[in-house]
Amino acid sequence: MAQKIYAGVTVDINDEGYFTNPVQWTKEIAMEIGKEEGIQLTDKHLEVLKFIRDRFSKGEMLTIRSVGNSGITDIKGFYGLFPGAPMKKAAKIAGIPKPASCV
Amino acid sequence: MIKEEHPLKKVCIICAKGTIEDVYAALVMGNGAVMEGIETKIFFTFFGLDAITKKNMNNLHTGTVGNPAMRMPGGLPFPTLLGIIPGVEAGVSAMMRSKIEKLDIPPVKEFLEMIEAGGGEIYACKLATDMFKLKKEDLWEGVKDILTIGQFYEMCGGLQTQIIFT
Repeated sequence: MAQKIYAGVTVDINDEGYFTNPVQWTKEIAMEIGKEEGIQLTDKHLEVLKFIRDRFSKGEMLTIRSVGNSGITDIKGFYGLFPGAPMKKAAKIAGIPKPASCV
Repeated sequence: MIKEEHPLKKVCIICAKGTIEDVYAALVMGNGAVMEGIETKIFFTFFGLDAITKKNMNNLHTGTVGNPAMRMPGGLPFPTLLGIIPGVEAGVSAMMRSKIEKLDIPPVKEFLEMIEAGGGEIYACKLATDMFKLKKEDLWEGVKDILTIGQFYEMCGGLQTQIIFT
C-alpha cells in the first residue's frame, strides 16, 4: 500500500491513487487532489463530493444516474464539473475507492 | 497492474438488433465509454432502430422463443412452447425491464439522454430508415443524424479507435 501526503496529512492510497481509508479525507485534501486532477473545486464540486461520500458510506450503489438525480446537478453538469471521466475523478477527489459500477 | 500504453480514444458501436438485451448491451457499452472519457458514437440499424424510434423505444421486448439461455424464475429451462402463448413475451419483457431498473439502469430514452449529456453521439442508419419508412421526426430528438454506413466509417477513423458490432 502506498502513502501520499496531501495538505500535510499522510493518507493511504492504492496504486491508482484512490483512498483505501476514506476516513482520512478532509476538504483541504480534496482541494489538493482536485488541483492534481486539474480542477479548482467550487462549492458545487464539494456538494457533489459530499453526496458521493454519503452514498458510499451507506453502501449504496454509485452511478452517474444517482448523481444526476441528486438535485445538486444534472448529468451534463456532472460531466462539466469533473470533465473526462466524472465518476472516477469524483471518487478519487472524494477519497473513496474506485467505483465498481458499470453505469 | 499492467499499465495501458495505448488507452482507447474512440469507440464506435453498431447496434443492429432490437431486443432488450441487444439494445442494452450497446447502451451499457456506449455509456461506459462516455463515463471513461472516451469519444463515443453509436449507430443504430435494422431492428436496432426500435431503440431510437419514439414509438417503440421504451417498449422493447425480449424474445421468449428460441433462446436456450432463458430460464424460469426458479432456474429451470424455459420451454420454447411456453414462449408462444400470448402475453408471455410481454410478461417476460416487463420482468426484464424491472430487473434492469433495480440495478439503477434507466429506461432506454433516459439512457440515451445520459449518453448524450456526456457527449456521446447517436446516429441512425439511412438504409434501414428507408426500409422501415422512418423519418427524422419519427426518431428520438437526440439522434444527431441519419447516415450511410460510409459516412459513419468516415467518423470512425483514427488511432486507438474500436468498432464494436453487437
